[in-house]
Amino acid sequence: MNGHCGLNAAAKVGKVRQARERLYRIEGIVLKRQDFGEADRVLTLLTPDRGKLRAVAKGVRRTTSRKAGHIELFSQSHLLLAKGRTMDVITQAQAVNLFRALHDDLLRFTYASYMAELVDKFLEEEDAQEDVYLLLRGGLEALGETQGESSLALLTRFFELRLLSLVGFQPSLFACANCGQPLDAVDQYFSATAGGALCPACRTSQRDALPLTLNALKVLRFLQTRDYPQVRSLVLSADVHRELERLLLRYLTQVLERHLKSPEFLELVRGVNPVAG
Amino acid sequence: MSALAKPVARLIDEFSRLPGIGPKTASRLTFFLLRASKEQVDALAEAVRELKAGIVLCRECFNISETPLCSVCADEQRDRSVICVVEEPLDVLAIERTRDYKGLYHVLHGAISPMDGVGPADLRINELVERLRTKPVREVILATNPNMEGDATAMYLARLIQPLGVTTTRLGRGLPVGGDLEYADEMTLARALEGRRQF
Repeated sequence: MNGHCGLNAAAKVGKVRQARERLYRIEGIVLKRQDFGEADRVLTLLTPDRGKLRAVAKGVRRTTSRKAGHIELFSQSHLLLAKGRTMDVITQAQAVNLFRALHDDLLRFTYASYMAELVDKFLEEEDAQEDVYLLLRGGLEALGETQGESSLALLTRFFELRLLSLVGFQPSLFACANCGQPLDAVDQYFSATAGGALCPACRTSQRDALPLTLNALKVLRFLQTRDYPQVRSLVLSADVHRELERLLLRYLTQVLERHLKSPEFLELVRGVNPVAG
Repeated sequence: MSALAKPVARLIDEFSRLPGIGPKTASRLTFFLLRASKEQVDALAEAVRELKAGIVLCRECFNISETPLCSVCADEQRDRSVICVVEEPLDVLAIERTRDYKGLYHVLHGAISPMDGVGPADLRINELVERLRTKPVREVILATNPNMEGDATAMYLARLIQPLGVTTTRLGRGLPVGGDLEYADEMTLARALEGRRQF
């Protein structure tokens, strides 16, 4: 009798421990969501310690779901996950920051979509990069505090350059990407395939070389080497804004070897309600 | 070679393409049909075939319909000065179930999602603007889903509609019936506070 009880208790302890190990706590930002089954969603989360992670949130499309409001797109949440056979399941969620300012402004929402798309495309699953997580969190936060088309664009350019540096694709801006000579203070060229700025002598070495004005080069260098508090006070002309946007988009597409989807909608949103640069 | 007869394997394969149906459920459905009466199986096959043959999109509101003009748009009793914009045909059913809404609908067939490359051109947005231009509409109710993509779609539509001089409204937001206050997220609670009413 006694022995029997002891065995039972041991089995019970084992079970509890197992149940505990199946659950784990994690912090994450919702990068992407996809409807799944009757009322479920598959979330792509960005976490600081486990990188990109896919998990199922059950029943969150029902209006009475207790989790739904805590795992909205781009929200930063504390999550409790249970290990599943193919995908882990979110059992509890508590939002830390819902980035409400992104919900009320179409332009901010679109920039946030662009940031999330970039991070999603640059990182592979389970590739942990805490600094990318911090960059995205900071980026979303800053979007909410930024007003006006040109400031949002500047923030996004900073985000692009910082992300490129973190994932190992920092463009060369101080020396020619072809011959390695330091760049002089004159108008230069830029080649996405060469991986940065080209000196006038090397422009013919790359077929995709495009003119890069000295002003734009200076701004790129500033963005690449300073922190955001210093960058945010920059005021750029509409021409430089356009030049930087086009150049970085070309470079990002080249590095990713994939087409980015959100810039198209961004273009459209700016057309619906054009704000002066 | 598989131990399954080819027609069986084929049906299992077709079933498992359906949303929410995995290989196990697909085999269960297949073996159920294998044992079912011929009439029952024929009825199902016919219903599936009819689905595509008999269904069109309403030329006014783009809801799924049997006739070129759906039953709501054809109904003379409905209020033609109000249009309720929803994402999916199922949302029309949900709003109809309230029996409180007497206006017309417009089904977008999706919501804007820049990351997935779903933009206004992929939705029935131009058709909505055209409807508002040519028909005497007083109010547009934006009833897209209360989530990020739905909100973005509503904001985009509001910008397009405003210059046309039509009033735009958004469905109210707050606490669900049968919910629990302590589980509500801050945004829902904040909106519920904003929209509180005299008791």
